[in-house]
Amino acid sequence: MSVLRPAGEFDASYAYDMATIRRPWQWAALFLLIAALYTLPLYASQGLVALLNRTIIVIIAVQGLNLLTGYTGQISLGQAAFMTVGGYISALLVNLLNWNYLPALLAAAVGAGVVGLLFGLPSLRVKGFYLVMATLAAQFIIPWFTRNAFHDVLNGAQGLNVRPPELFGIVFNTPQRYFMLTLTLLILTTVVAQNVSRSRLGRAFVSIRDHDLAAELLGVNLFKYKLQAFFLAAVYAGIAGSLAAHQLRHLNSETFGLNDSVLMLGMLVVGGLGTGMGPFLGAVVIELLIEAATVLGPVVASYFPSTATGAVQALRPLLFGLALMLFLIFEPRGLAHRWQLFKAAWRLRPFSH
Amino acid sequence: MTQPEVLLSVENVSLTFGRVQALAHVSCEVRQGEIVAIIGPNGAGKTSLLNCISNFYRPTSGRIRFAGRDLARVPASRIAPLGIARTFQNIALYTGLSTLDNLMAARHIHMKSGFLGCLLYWGFGHREDLAHRLVVEEIIDFLEMQHIRKAVVGALPHGLRKRVELGRALALEPRLLLLDEPMTGMNQEEKEDMARFILDTYERRDVTILLIEHDMGLVMDIADRVIVLDFGKKIAEGTPEEIKQNPDVIKAYLGQEHGTL
Ligand SMILES: Nc1ncnc2c1ncn2[C@@H]1O[C@H](COP(=O)(O)OP(=O)(O)O)[C@@H](O)[C@H]1O
Ligand SMILES: [Mg+2]
Repeated sequence: MSVLRPAGEFDASYAYDMATIRRPWQWAALFLLIAALYTLPLYASQGLVALLNRTIIVIIAVQGLNLLTGYTGQISLGQAAFMTVGGYISALLVNLLNWNYLPALLAAAVGAGVVGLLFGLPSLRVKGFYLVMATLAAQFIIPWFTRNAFHDVLNGAQGLNVRPPELFGIVFNTPQRYFMLTLTLLILTTVVAQNVSRSRLGRAFVSIRDHDLAAELLGVNLFKYKLQAFFLAAVYAGIAGSLAAHQLRHLNSETFGLNDSVLMLGMLVVGGLGTGMGPFLGAVVIELLIEAATVLGPVVASYFPSTATGAVQALRPLLFGLALMLFLIFEPRGLAHRWQLFKAAWRLRPFSH
Repeated sequence: MTQPEVLLSVENVSLTFGRVQALAHVSCEVRQGEIVAIIGPNGAGKTSLLNCISNFYRPTSGRIRFAGRDLARVPASRIAPLGIARTFQNIALYTGLSTLDNLMAARHIHMKSGFLGCLLYWGFGHREDLAHRLVVEEIIDFLEMQHIRKAVVGALPHGLRKRVELGRALALEPRLLLLDEPMTGMNQEEKEDMARFILDTYERRDVTILLIEHDMGLVMDIADRVIVLDFGKKIAEGTPEEIKQNPDVIKAYLGQEHGTL
């Protein structure tokens, strides 16, 4: 059994089989979609673009979580904490050291990644529930650190005012301009996530998720690959955190909290763990739900005046909780699974019914 | 004719779980190019022995050497690169992956793409995947699994899952293949297929095989040598013919229900 064999038509057909995008029309459609997205700020309302920015940032963070939880099977409640790390790193580098945004973003990604890796160390000894507890520690330690350490730099509970990014002489200070940034990064993170999932690395991740003991006997170094998954997830969180901080122009220990970590885990479940589409579908559906709650809140309140403020505040977590429960019961494999079924049916059309 | 070299040597291995003595001073050897079967009643310690050889359990005492190397110093994830592959009594596939990806995942040890290479998946990473895809397709053809190439293995019937697991072990290109009850739970036809695959593997892939099997007929057909365990002890060892006539073996087997030799 030799790996070295003359390339032939098999190679071509396997390459075709392995490609994510196979047909010319699919490339064309993708290209058009991206072009349409880049020109979106020209005609979409400012509110919609701002919502899209927010959603894209969440998608990036959930993509990272997906690599760790969806593919590698390591449940983490620390994603928002690593966003905090990324946010602080790039905010400080831009604010204090006048760094250009690109290197600052890179530093935020790598810095968050390293912190994520450290909090991933317990995964080598514990699994499941205990690991959740260990990642939860990040969610307490990191905000505590930003509140209490290096007060003259981090400014304690007050936090930081963050400058908008500036690149090539353009200041990204409107939602429309910011959209160029978020969209570009989303394309990058999506390509990288896709590459991971189809490569040797992704297969090692999934082996650990599906059967860690067998994976080890088949030569997968659990130590190495779990840490790589934690690192990658936190890199994604770092990017998302940095984007969010520079968009909000403000950052403190409570900007990204435990509830965000829970929300992102919920998005992943709703969208579909361990699928490329999952983070997109989950984030969009939950963000829409939250938007709906914001719009519906006052309406509900007008029907139940006695509980007015309570109803508005309760509606979001209520809808989120309800959506999560319904999905766990009726579509535990997430929307991405539906999407797969739909695609399969589409390929079989005229014969499907 | 000189004897082929000793590939695996188990030297005085004991394994205890609390008060249970799973293995008691077991010694045996497997030579390059043999098919050796381990038989014995349920709970005799067969799986435990395999687990020790694949470094899944560490023996309480004794030593196991593979190709001259003491396995005590080898971490579990280095066992496959040394050339030992195994299947599991209770099937341990990557249930969420397709047959193809289960086999591709086993190519891990033969691939070199690093962390950054996988993130970029450009040039080398992609070419490497293609090259290994060819190896994997060859195994898929060999085990007649073309029809389930893209099927998620968690949903496959038991017999096919056993076959995928054999395929995954072969994708490691091992020198020593450990099979833990490869035919349990199969119907007669599936068993015959599996026996054929095991023999073909042996002949075509230059691999030494150590297998645990309950079906005596099959063991007698395919094994060069048989090792009999009972209550953690090795009670007999020899050619199938010798084993059939061994009074200790007959006694051990008469003691239990399926006492047919
Ligand atoms: N992980 C374990 N913990 C405790 N006891 C075990 C463990 N593995 C095996 N044993 C015990 O060791 C003995 C041998 O088991 P095993 O090797 O599975 O037997 P076999 O494969 O021959 O049926 C049994 O008594 C079993 O209960
Ligand atoms: Mg057993």
